[in-house]
Amino acid sequence: MTTVSPPAPTGTGSPPGPDPGLRHRLAERGIDRQLLLLVPAIVFIVGLFVYPFLYGLGLSFQPREGGGPFADYERFFTDPYQRDTIWKTLVLAVPAALLNVLASVPIAYRMRGRFRGKRLLTILLVVPITLGTVLTAEGLLNYLGPAGWFNRLLQSAGLVDEPIQLIGNYWGVFFSLVITGFPFAFLLILSYLSGIDPSLERAAATLGARWWDRFRHITLPLLAPGLATTFCLTFVLAFSVFPSAILVGNPAGETRVISIAAYQAAYEQYDYPFASTIAMIMAAVELAVIALVLLWRSRLYKGSTGGKG
Amino acid sequence: MTERHGRREFGTLRLAGVGRRFGRHDALADLDLEIHRGEFIALLGPSGCGKSTALNCLAGLLPLTSGSIRLDDERIDVLPPERRGFGMVFQNYALFPHMSVRRNIAFGLRMRRMSKAEVRRRTEEAIRLVRLEEHADKLPGQLSGGQQQRVAIARAVVLEPSLVLMDEPLSNLDAKLRLEMRTEIRRLHQTLGLTTVYVTHDQEEALSLADRLVVLRDGRVQQVGTPEDLHTRPANWHVADFMGYRNLLRLTAGERTGGAIRVEGRGLRLEATPVGDIRSGQPVVAGVRPEDLVITDSADPGGNVVRATVDVVEYQGREHAVEAWTDDGVRLHIRSGRRPASGDEVTLRVDRARLLAFPDDLGSGPAPAEPEPPEGARQVAVAGRGLSA
Amino acid sequence: MTTFGLARSGPPRRRIVGTPAAWLVWGAVIFFLLNVLGVVGSVVVNSFGTHWFGGWLPDGVTGRWYAEAWQDFGLLELIIVTVEVCAAVVALSLVIGVPAAYVLARRDFPGKKLVYLAFLLPILMPPITYGIPLATVLYKFGFAGNLSGVILANLVPAVPFVILTMTPFIEQIDPAIERAARMCGAGLREVFLRILTPLLIPGILAAGILVLVRTVGMFELTFLTAGPDSQTLIVALFYSMSAAGIRAQQSVDAMAVIYTGMMLVLLVIALRFVNPTQLVARVKEEPE
Repeated sequence: MTTVSPPAPTGTGSPPGPDPGLRHRLAERGIDRQLLLLVPAIVFIVGLFVYPFLYGLGLSFQPREGGGPFADYERFFTDPYQRDTIWKTLVLAVPAALLNVLASVPIAYRMRGRFRGKRLLTILLVVPITLGTVLTAEGLLNYLGPAGWFNRLLQSAGLVDEPIQLIGNYWGVFFSLVITGFPFAFLLILSYLSGIDPSLERAAATLGARWWDRFRHITLPLLAPGLATTFCLTFVLAFSVFPSAILVGNPAGETRVISIAAYQAAYEQYDYPFASTIAMIMAAVELAVIALVLLWRSRLYKGSTGGKG
Repeated sequence: MTERHGRREFGTLRLAGVGRRFGRHDALADLDLEIHRGEFIALLGPSGCGKSTALNCLAGLLPLTSGSIRLDDERIDVLPPERRGFGMVFQNYALFPHMSVRRNIAFGLRMRRMSKAEVRRRTEEAIRLVRLEEHADKLPGQLSGGQQQRVAIARAVVLEPSLVLMDEPLSNLDAKLRLEMRTEIRRLHQTLGLTTVYVTHDQEEALSLADRLVVLRDGRVQQVGTPEDLHTRPANWHVADFMGYRNLLRLTAGERTGGAIRVEGRGLRLEATPVGDIRSGQPVVAGVRPEDLVITDSADPGGNVVRATVDVVEYQGREHAVEAWTDDGVRLHIRSGRRPASGDEVTLRVDRARLLAFPDDLGSGPAPAEPEPPEGARQVAVAGRGLSA
Repeated sequence: MTTFGLARSGPPRRRIVGTPAAWLVWGAVIFFLLNVLGVVGSVVVNSFGTHWFGGWLPDGVTGRWYAEAWQDFGLLELIIVTVEVCAAVVALSLVIGVPAAYVLARRDFPGKKLVYLAFLLPILMPPITYGIPLATVLYKFGFAGNLSGVILANLVPAVPFVILTMTPFIEQIDPAIERAARMCGAGLREVFLRILTPLLIPGILAAGILVLVRTVGMFELTFLTAGPDSQTLIVALFYSMSAAGIRAQQSVDAMAVIYTGMMLVLLVIALRFVNPTQLVARVKEEPE
């Protein structure tokens, strides 16, 4: 192989492509053939997520009944039956997510570090997450129903005379959110806590800090970003509430959450533009809450927590 | 092993104006170098000097931003690494953890679609060469650091590559093993005659292994030469700093007489050998190795002496490393056969030929990162306080 | 009280049991677990009971609800559909997700943050919000209402999940190993097949199993895109529950038990390969 002229890349079968100059400049910016591996995933996410989402967004501005691009948004916000679904969803999701996160903190704080049975405990906690909302709802119908074990227990203990109404209303849905959401939050927070170097707290103890001071000034600030993330993920889970709101709630009344509204618009009235409108509003509300939390989080210490992970 | 030669027999490997830029930062600029067949070249420099960048550019693991690399007449910098036919030994060995020693070494041969018998023959030969016969079926995780390094070397040389690249191969080993492996590498080079480019930050390693050294700093070549050249005639004070001239004194040039030049300032007045073009009145950096500062008892030591007070004495086997201070707060590193006591006043004699005066490049050319010679002056303030206390 | 005070002034390694606060914490956990047991248990007990009106337990034990459920709900077909959907989603999400995870973990390129955000959003958004527009689009192109539509919809959260799960596994492989393979003459494809894939087997296994568990349990997206012949077990369960009164409650419960059993088997398999926390999100936990 002899070269014909110096500037031409000789490469016996070197990949045909841009001249070395351009390739160098691209490579300098981190672009080369390896990035092609990303192409299937990008095609996929654009085709099945970004495009449908934008399509839905576009659809939401083309109301079936005409009346300008914002007619469906106007329709949603002027009709209390629709508008209130936002409030109903938030009233369910925010307290449930808060309870899940806040109850997890002291429990996880106690259980950090190693002890016998920790793995068993985490496995038991994973069970309700794995089973999902539909099965939990089915179980709650039996368990919390008027003749269920829970009411029976309360009555035999003499705590109540009449069975208390725990399903078919707000509480049924709330309990289902706690049953699936609490283990989720707990496991996350436990792993965040395990990532904090325990010698930091020991160091604080040698400096004279009592357990509350240690928690307040050492552990909590290091845990706070993890708390924010956990809250976001738990909130997403709770905000998406759909099957349990139908099955153990009161889908025509106090637990008519926003996903039910979107579903009804799409699959009962076949009004896809309006359904898309509701979906977009749902996304906007959810992302707004998350953005608020993340904004708060961005002001916290974000560096290493001394441990691994 | 030696009867078969690499597929790409070559005379000269030419790097012309090779450069690599990361964003705005030039990691390597204008590297010109000719490597001849069978040579052992060391790229030497502190971390971040661009030596690993140069090696990766040579290997094809990093695309160049400028320049070209030619193997005789063929331009190879446009080829992907797997088509250049080079072998490489990595700093942390980079052995395939899921393959046995034998399969690690055979991997490259199998990639070249060689016949089974040929793969087996050459693999066994390479295993014998690095003396790992009893470990051939182990996984890398079961080997010691030195053994892993030998596997890595065998994996690279089994292909009989036209060029072997070594990226700080000894830096993860302990001191004793490092010496052993150093000899091993030299022995392999002599046996196989493979052209080698070796990257290291350890000047001793580079001096002992290489036929020629390339000293890099801030991505630019400072000096290319034989070990003797670099040891006795560093081209500038940065190279001197790197080659063990621990005493670097920022002084001013005086008059020049024949082959010597007077350097003075900070209470010192010495005769030195100039390196490069130095005019009277110009700031200079005068460098001398600790072993060339000799403690003398002579009542009349003659010229070229410095008086200093001993501060710290460390025992180092046959010698003592002594740190002393002049009255004007200049710190000096000395190596001495006998043990002076802390607080002793000593007279130090320095041979004019061993005291090199370099132009101080402050404000000209590639400006040094630090305004003063790093070792020399930084701790003066601290030490001054220490002495008065 | 004195021992309590002593325990406090000691090193902060508290014992798990002993202090009142610990009892409170354990009490809360046990209360929670008892309720979970009640929820699951009442479904199981009901599915085996003849009649259960008032009383702690049903009047008698029978297996006939299972036979009934098997026939009435066409459980065999539901299970086949579920397996088909899950197998396809797992395989496709791995094929698409693993190479992408590799590039995202290893490389830096312009627009990387944007790409990352695009992969993160499907996990951060309620499935309904993108599920409804997605179902609309799928209907437009004739995918919805059949198996391919269900598979495509389930891939949307699965691929990002594979990417997030794989990233730490990829990061822990020394990039020098890939470079070494290339220096030995291996091309990009060979590096992937012979070096990376064997080293990534644990990660691929973990990601695959996690996607499997999530797909079996994924209700919303399947619900929105499935037709009568492409329902998975969970969606059929929902339909039979919301159409209460048509079937006996016990029969529905029998189906729920079959679903639960399937999930628990998967869970047991999953826990052999992954950490419980990985089922929740991508967080590293201290080694046990």
